[in-house]
Amino acid sequence: MSYPDDLRYSKEHEWVRLEDDRATIGITSFAADELGDIVFVELPEVGATLSQFGTFGVVESVKAVSDLYAPVSGEVVEVNEALGDSPELLNSDPFGKGWIALVTLSDAAELDALLDAAAYADETA
Amino acid sequence: MTYSPHTEADRARMLDAIGVASVDGLFDDIPSAVRAGPWSVPPPLVEQEVRAELARLAGRNRIPEVSFLGAGVYRHLIPSVVSEVISRPEFATSYTPYQPEVSQGTLQSIYEFQSLICELTGMEVATASHYDGATATAEAALMACRLTRRTRVAVSAGLNPDYRRVLETYCSGPGIEVVDVPVDLAEGGSGTTEPSSAAEALGDDVACLIVAHPNFLGQLEPMRELADAAHAAGGLFVAVVEPISLALLEPPGDYGADLVAAEGQPLGVPVSFGGPYVGLMAARMASVRQMPGRLVGATRDVNGRKGYVLTLQAREQHIRREKAASNICTNQALMALAATAYLTAVGPIGLREVAELSMTQARHLTGALVAAGLAERRFGGTYLNEVALRVPDAARRHAALAERGIVAGYPLGRSEPALHDTLLLAATEVTTDADIDRLVAELEETR
Repeated sequence: MSYPDDLRYSKEHEWVRLEDDRATIGITSFAADELGDIVFVELPEVGATLSQFGTFGVVESVKAVSDLYAPVSGEVVEVNEALGDSPELLNSDPFGKGWIALVTLSDAAELDALLDAAAYADETA
Repeated sequence: MTYSPHTEADRARMLDAIGVASVDGLFDDIPSAVRAGPWSVPPPLVEQEVRAELARLAGRNRIPEVSFLGAGVYRHLIPSVVSEVISRPEFATSYTPYQPEVSQGTLQSIYEFQSLICELTGMEVATASHYDGATATAEAALMACRLTRRTRVAVSAGLNPDYRRVLETYCSGPGIEVVDVPVDLAEGGSGTTEPSSAAEALGDDVACLIVAHPNFLGQLEPMRELADAAHAAGGLFVAVVEPISLALLEPPGDYGADLVAAEGQPLGVPVSFGGPYVGLMAARMASVRQMPGRLVGATRDVNGRKGYVLTLQAREQHIRREKAASNICTNQALMALAATAYLTAVGPIGLREVAELSMTQARHLTGALVAAGLAERRFGGTYLNEVALRVPDAARRHAALAERGIVAGYPLGRSEPALHDTLLLAATEVTTDADIDRLVAELEETR
């Protein structure tokens, strides 16, 4: 499987897209496929402070519940409200409409602890 | 026939395969100092002798001729249909099967139970039940902490003291602090939780305020004001109720309760030492994913036929492991079925009649004792079927009446020293006028 080159990945199967100091966070297509049909997403609150690799929400599928682990630290400025009514966006478009939260990145150096697309592909191979 | 599937030869082969000389050898790792036994067990008896021995032991039970004991558990008439329904082997002998959807009848009965509890409490979702009122209350407190992400719970001193202790135990593991809110115990006082003292105990780290209604003293609490105080501090409001009272009182959902917990025993479950009883819990749909225990949902199968399923199981421990909403998914299915059968048999009008008659008899009881100059109301305010009465020298006279086969309620001094002169007396529709006359006459003799 291949993954978008412009993202960074965590071993916990979250991705980050960086635009200036803002990072969009989601879960990977690998995670979504492994979970199966996702039926509920517990989003973080806007204003919440995330710390890298700490939990910030929950995804529930028909067969499992998993915590979401923040790939980077930062403050949540926006969450994807569309997931409230359409959690299946995580399955159908995990790198696009299925984004979870937008955070202000507090430490760009943290990105070094993440994987690039090729390394993540190896990780999930 | 033998019920043991393994023969001596089977056992010898298994021991041989693992290289252990005897079954006892399997336990060699356990130091002898911590092993149980040796047992001192009497020799076997024939059935006739066992019956005689059990009859002798049962003869030591002291069954009161007249009882006014309540304090959280209440005697009510149980229509025969209740035991008929719960004695059916399909219900009486079955554990919730793995692949529970095979047992549509069991799931339907639980779904109906949940629906009845929602109707009684005015809430949106109810669980499949819990062990008892105390554990349901403690689970509600933990749920409030999860929902608010706060770590303290405030509890009215009007909560049943046994519930308070179970709450303390449940909270000790996760490190949740329990804060007490006093009740006005002054002579002739309200006997209730003052909203102003509740407000003092609340703060931005308090997950919920827990209040019993009626409280342990039999008094009706200012629930709406207390709910408002909890909400003003950003906390939730947990109402601990008595289910039959809900036939007369405003449903908790209407006065702002976020969570409701109750002992369901009065609904068709007999009074017995140690239970089994049944805990009720109800909440708002928005918080359903933090509810503990089992939930049955109604759905349709691929052919459009109605069916029942265990739903939202991702909250439960077999899926979510240590992050489950609760590590107890046991429900009291048979006692919940008793409650369902009871509520169905008496219906809404019958339930109201039970509540009204209980209330009437409690007033008759109070009136008779007060008129005879034997007791007076300890508090002002309103009570339903249970009342705190000041009786001079209460503990001695309670004991003296017990010798005469009368349980004169619960001596409140046992749990609150300030109430050493107060008896908590309950009446229900099974309390007869003759019972009350006898209490008055015998109490007179203990002066």
